[in-house]
Amino acid sequence: MAVTVSIPTILRTHTGGEKSVEASGKTVAEVIDDVESRHSGLKDRLVKDEKLHRFVNVYVNDEDVRFAGGLEAAVKDGDTVTILPAVAGGMR
Amino acid sequence: MIVLRIRRDHVDAIVAHARRDHPDEACGVIAGPDDGSDTPDRYIPMVNAARSPTFYEFGSGDLLKLYREMAANDETPVVIYHSHTATEAYPSRTDIKFAQEPFAHYVLVSTRADDVAEFRSYRIVDGEVTEEPVEIVGEPTAESAAVRLNPDVAPDTAPVESYMFANTGNDDIPDA
Repeated sequence: MAVTVSIPTILRTHTGGEKSVEASGKTVAEVIDDVESRHSGLKDRLVKDEKLHRFVNVYVNDEDVRFAGGLEAAVKDGDTVTILPAVAGGMR
Repeated sequence: MIVLRIRRDHVDAIVAHARRDHPDEACGVIAGPDDGSDTPDRYIPMVNAARSPTFYEFGSGDLLKLYREMAANDETPVVIYHSHTATEAYPSRTDIKFAQEPFAHYVLVSTRADDVAEFRSYRIVDGEVTEEPVEIVGEPTAESAAVRLNPDVAPDTAPVESYMFANTGNDDIPDA
């Protein structure tokens, strides 16, 4: 399934500055592996111990994938996958 | 010269937000045009989805809506602010770990004192924190928040003289 992956500013060093890249896959995991095969280093910023980093948000269209199976969330032709690092912090 | 130039009404709004949410941490953004002008323009208070006195996080749905809006407006988050309610207005280890907007000014407000809010700004890039001076544009009004900036962080005061234009009088009187 051909999808558009939108890349946040902080990860554009891995895509040569590109804000968005085309990729294919049937799940979020496959899409990430596909992007990684052309833009090495990106996967490590997104996946840890075979799960999405707690503080990186990934959406398929409008839905946060943590409510749709995480890495196993399904992806269809024409979908947009959006990656947004959390905006968070705290006292300590 | 790194500096945060911010409008008086935005400073007041941020402090008011921090006071309102105290003792929970408050958080938000000031978006500005994504053209390198580094000008904070549109104030956007956010809900702290963590609702905690020690942690803040933009809710995942709010985050997507915010970034979609900014993309549609050709904006970027120029200021990302949050408050500390019991500690100083300095980035904590967690703040540094989660700072993922390399071009943003990270503003920290402390509401630990009742009478004055500490208001400081930082660049956080690759885990390194650099405090910058805050220049507030616009005079305080009677309703303005009592704010304490960091007096030890001042803009470069070295004067830049240009000798292309003869300067024969006071600087505040334009040459005829």
